[in-house]
Amino acid sequence: MTSTHDPDAPASAPPPHVRGREHPADPAPADSAAAAPAQPQPPAPGSASQRLLRRVPHHRLAAPSAALVGFMAVFTLVGGWQLAWWAGALVTFALLVWLAQTGQEVVPRRHLRAYERGLATLFPLLLLAGWELLAGTGALSARWFPPPSDIAVAVWELSVEPETGGTSLLGRPWRLPELIGELGLAGALGAIVEESHVLATLGRVFIGFVLGLAPGIVVGALMGANRTVRIMLDNVMSAFYVLPKIAIFPIVMLLFANPFGEGPIITVVAVSAFFFVAFNTMAGVQGVDRIFLDVGANYGANRLQMFRHVIIPGALPVIFAGFRIALGAALIVVVAVEFVRADQGVGHLTIYYWEVLSPPRMYAGLFTTMALGVLLTFGLLAVEKRVMPWRRNRGDDDLPTG
Amino acid sequence: MSEAHGARRHDPHQGSPAAEPAPKIVADRLHKRFPAAGEPVVALEELSLTVAEGELVSVVGPSGCGKTTFLRLLAGLEEPTSGSLAIRASDDGAQRPQNAVVFQEYGIFPWKTVLQNVAFGLQMRGVARREREEQAQAWVERVGLARFAGAYPHELSGGMKQRVSIARALANDPEVLLMDEPLGALDAQTRTVMQEEILDLWERDQKTVVYITHSIDEAVFLSDRVVVMTAHPGRKKAEHAIDLPRPRRWEQTGGADFAALRLQIWSDLEDEVKRTMAGQA
Ligand SMILES: Nc1ncnc2c1ncn2[C@@H]1O[C@H](COP(=O)(O)OP(=O)(O)OP(=O)(O)O)[C@@H](O)[C@H]1O
Ligand SMILES: [Mg+2]
Repeated sequence: MTSTHDPDAPASAPPPHVRGREHPADPAPADSAAAAPAQPQPPAPGSASQRLLRRVPHHRLAAPSAALVGFMAVFTLVGGWQLAWWAGALVTFALLVWLAQTGQEVVPRRHLRAYERGLATLFPLLLLAGWELLAGTGALSARWFPPPSDIAVAVWELSVEPETGGTSLLGRPWRLPELIGELGLAGALGAIVEESHVLATLGRVFIGFVLGLAPGIVVGALMGANRTVRIMLDNVMSAFYVLPKIAIFPIVMLLFANPFGEGPIITVVAVSAFFFVAFNTMAGVQGVDRIFLDVGANYGANRLQMFRHVIIPGALPVIFAGFRIALGAALIVVVAVEFVRADQGVGHLTIYYWEVLSPPRMYAGLFTTMALGVLLTFGLLAVEKRVMPWRRNRGDDDLPTG
Repeated sequence: MSEAHGARRHDPHQGSPAAEPAPKIVADRLHKRFPAAGEPVVALEELSLTVAEGELVSVVGPSGCGKTTFLRLLAGLEEPTSGSLAIRASDDGAQRPQNAVVFQEYGIFPWKTVLQNVAFGLQMRGVARREREEQAQAWVERVGLARFAGAYPHELSGGMKQRVSIARALANDPEVLLMDEPLGALDAQTRTVMQEEILDLWERDQKTVVYITHSIDEAVFLSDRVVVMTAHPGRKKAEHAIDLPRPRRWEQTGGADFAALRLQIWSDLEDEVKRTMAGQA
């Protein structure tokens, strides 16, 4: 069986999955490349263009930089921002893209990953800097659009000192050691959760999401796998799906002994997560490649084995796409409900400081919400990597790169 | 080993029927019609085929003539519209699955490692984890993928993936092995190597094999018998016994007897391919 002239033999294993189109010669996964930056790059066949690219001198950055600075100066001098700020923004953005892309070609390949991460962080910071500048020059009303520095101060204040109601942004978790002494571990954690807006919101999102997720998967999988179930449920689901969950909140409240407690909030979150998960699971199950079903049938898989070994894993990438949407929706719903029915939580914080006319603190609430969105997405991606190890080396397929 | 093997193997067309052991596969006037929007599509019309125990029979025919349909009927993935099909269980008393298919598209699960893929059939049959992993490991080694036992399929080349698929089928120890253009998607060199490997495995395991291919060379090189199908709708047009000596090596494919067989089969097939192409024009 082991023929020596086998072109596929392990000795001449094929190159791993080709990553990013711009760097077709990259022979190692980026992670290991980043872990060993000092290693000389092995000469890869067919990488002529790659070597050419890497010899590009740094002064190629001069042209886009000059263009950017030049444009900004001229445009500002002629008063372009007042005339047509959107045109200026558009050209500035285009020039920034040019600069960033040139940078991508100039940067050593082993630092590319870091470069791209940097870019993903720097651009939002640049936007904030622009805002700071605009608010500073008075082009934006600093009263209603306070500069980010003011917002940062508000975040800081909300974190370190409790408000009049005894709540704070994070619940001041650094008190944990002393609280444990007073109340024991459980009591200490409880006290922190009770004080924290962020943890209140996160808790609602998380519990609601998990409660909606399990039935969502079951119903979605049944709908995907069974035509009759699908026909029966499709219209009902589509109808309920479009209902804004906040609109059914009063009805949900009626179902609970304590209508003003956490129950109704968590329920609406679960309901909204349920629909996203169910629809995506259905699509994922329907999308499983026929060949895998044939293999399952041919190897005698029973119904349960078929789900467990073929259908669910085959649908998992789409199911996870659903989780991502569902988690975002859960956060949106929680914040919306907190606007109207809560005395704790990031949504409550936001609306409260809007009502007492403290814009920096209101913005602090908004930014915290955004940060939570990013955080939850990262968390989910980490879980996704663990649950689907077979997709771990797929490179940047999930990140749209030019 | 090859002598014992050769002695056991008869050509089913030459020996007298009385001396033959009961055939392994008997397909009798299989007919398959698919419902379609307009007229139903007749994919197979009266296809009969008998395959002896341990025989390797290839089926060639123009594209769309119903080869895959035939194989899916044999595999039980599709029910015939009429006709009958029987696969005889072996008499050694062992419990085995009736068949295992090696699909053209490999069909190995991206979410399972090489070892888990190979163990799939055993797992479905409820073989305990330790035992099935041991058996699967042995098969992974036999197809030369020991180093990749823990790898996921996306790290494998096409040839390696098809080896996994073949190992998965053989690890399940089926009564008959059904292969649908298993090497169709591979490059010419990998194909050649894989043909020899398949022969190797078959000569050791003595499985009954139905092997579908587009390649006359491949059919002649591998088979005891080659069945030529007509253009759509598929019927059996001719059968050719391939009495080249075994074990066969690829170097022999240049020989005159090989060329003569190739020519005979092609002369049967040519009209059908032309009819298929005329039908599409
Ligand atoms: N599920 C199906 N529904 C309707 N028609 C089908 C179905 N499966 C196959 N057919 C039709 O039956 C005919 C035979 O198809 P089949 O796939 O068996 O051909 P084939 O010989 O395997 O072709 P190829 O060599 O290209 O793989 C074709 O005309 C095809 O369109
Ligand atoms: Mg086919």
